[in-house]
Amino acid sequence: MDYINIFATRWKDLGSAMLEHIIISGAALLLGIIIAVPLGIYLVKTRYTWLRSVAFTITNIFQTIPSLALLAILIPLIGIGKFPAIVALFLYSLLPILRNTYSGFKSIDPSVIEAARGMGYDGRQRLFRIELPLAIPYLMSGIRLTTIYVISWATLATLIGAGGLGELIYGGLSVYDKPLIFASSITTMLLAIVIDLLLASLERLLTRQTTSREQSASS
Amino acid sequence: MIKFENVYKQYDNGHTVLKNLNLHCKEGEITVFIGPSGCGKTTTMKLINRLIEPTKGKVLVNDVDISTISPVKLRRSIGYVIQHVGLFPHMTIADNVAVVPRLLEWEEDRIQKQVKNLLDMVNLKADTYADRYPSELSGGQQQRIGVIRAFAAEQSIILMDEPFSALDPISREQLQDELIRLQKDIKKTIIFVTHDMDEAIRIADKIVLMRSGKILQEGTPEEILRRPANDFVKNFIGKKRLAQFEAIPESEEVMTRKPVTILPSRGLAESIKIMERKQVDSLMVVDTKDRLQGYITIYDVLQQFKDETKRVGDIMHTFEHVIAPDTLLNQTIELMDEHKLPYVPVVKDDQTLVGLVTRGTIVGHLSDIYSGNEGL
Ligand SMILES: Nc1ncnc2c1ncn2[C@@H]1O[C@H](COP(=O)(O)OP(=O)(O)O)[C@@H](O)[C@H]1O
Ligand SMILES: [Mg+2]
Repeated sequence: MDYINIFATRWKDLGSAMLEHIIISGAALLLGIIIAVPLGIYLVKTRYTWLRSVAFTITNIFQTIPSLALLAILIPLIGIGKFPAIVALFLYSLLPILRNTYSGFKSIDPSVIEAARGMGYDGRQRLFRIELPLAIPYLMSGIRLTTIYVISWATLATLIGAGGLGELIYGGLSVYDKPLIFASSITTMLLAIVIDLLLASLERLLTRQTTSREQSASS
Repeated sequence: MIKFENVYKQYDNGHTVLKNLNLHCKEGEITVFIGPSGCGKTTTMKLINRLIEPTKGKVLVNDVDISTISPVKLRRSIGYVIQHVGLFPHMTIADNVAVVPRLLEWEEDRIQKQVKNLLDMVNLKADTYADRYPSELSGGQQQRIGVIRAFAAEQSIILMDEPFSALDPISREQLQDELIRLQKDIKKTIIFVTHDMDEAIRIADKIVLMRSGKILQEGTPEEILRRPANDFVKNFIGKKRLAQFEAIPESEEVMTRKPVTILPSRGLAESIKIMERKQVDSLMVVDTKDRLQGYITIYDVLQQFKDETKRVGDIMHTFEHVIAPDTLLNQTIELMDEHKLPYVPVVKDDQTLVGLVTRGTIVGHLSDIYSGNEGL
């Protein structure tokens, strides 16, 4: 009974923790996408192959630092609170998004690119009408995967005082409040699942739109 | 019109792929590049729409150096069928075909009509195929779409890189015929890459035979078959094809070498004497240097015989059709058949009469062959 009641009695706390959680993860992801997607595209197109290895090495390093250590190391640099948490999660999100963007663009059949050039698409038209639509499935699966990671890692953010659902989980753990532990973990899991489903439908919507975009563009 | 002037192409890896290429592709003609894989056909073709830039030298399209035209603009004005089809997988067939017209901002009505016409042209029903995606078509069907996509914006220059290679032999011949038929009406300047000699012979106005980045020989299919420049060309054409071609005799082998002639200054009585003696009903009129002037027949002579002042030159007719010593027998027969000619004179470039092909000499030649064959 306690396991159900807890949602009724603590819904306010759960709600605001969830909102914080969403804000922290969302901001980190958004930053990650804004940086990693264009960077990934640039890495595919650039002639400087050394840039590619440098970028992948750096993002790889972020990824291999244990999450707790990364959060801890940011404290002396940028203090505590939401901002360092967002920065840490952002650094984490870079590699998977970058890698998927890169392989998405790499997966495009070179003869398709050549046809696009040969038909007379300029660089921007080629990017938005041919390459991006074709890379979208890879890109979206990268973003989905990263989102799930970020939501789960964000539970650690409470350790540097960023709040979120992690705060309730750790709070519950420290006083061994089983219903609270249960409620906050379930909420985190549900959050991850719902967001993943939303992203999945966004992915479907995007791929459908891009396939009919040419038709609607000039009609 | 497309012109290559001293073009060299060296790739970044140091490999020099084209060495001093000079070439002229005439307007309204199909120029076919042929040669073994890796000889530089595709590279040469891509120089025309600036997918590749020459290391040295110039490429001119309609007398304009294309390095002065924006690549995007240039490419929209040139149809392009790429070697590996390269349809856009996320677009329907109709949208694929409509790509360049849309880039050129044609009106939607016109685009729809054009797409339908083009699909009809390659026997793909618009109702069935227009809204499908490339992955739902067979390889051959995709290749057809790749071809019509290049024609969609009605550009006057079309580049086709092995456009029919993925088709089965029957569809391939069908599309080749279609291309030849179409070309008669629309007279586009077409650059066509292939490694199939039969295809080249069928469709080419001019064949450019390449090897290791150099042009070995260029000319009409006839010229190349007749006078292969060297052993490599001969090998490339193939013994079988050469033999086939050599089996057709030239008019020189079929003609009689002693046509009965007369000078224009001779009188009519004399001409009758000659006809009588040689048992012929007409005479070839030649000048003192054996150059063909025309002919007279026994009927003309008899009609005008009373007039003693008339000379052969006054009553002769000129020939509308003559052939060269190397004209093939099949062409000669076609000519005679089409114009109901009893015979055709064989003349050299300077009009010197060297012989006469008549129905009799043709029959004689054929009977030689057949009786010869029986003997084997
Ligand atoms: N981008 C490139 N970089 C380096 N070498 C190339 C490149 N493209 C083609 N080549 C080389 O240039 C030569 C000619 O290629 P290509 O023009 O494609 O030949 P073809 O179309 O006649 O088969 C080949 O030896 C090929 O390996
Ligand atoms: Mg090629």
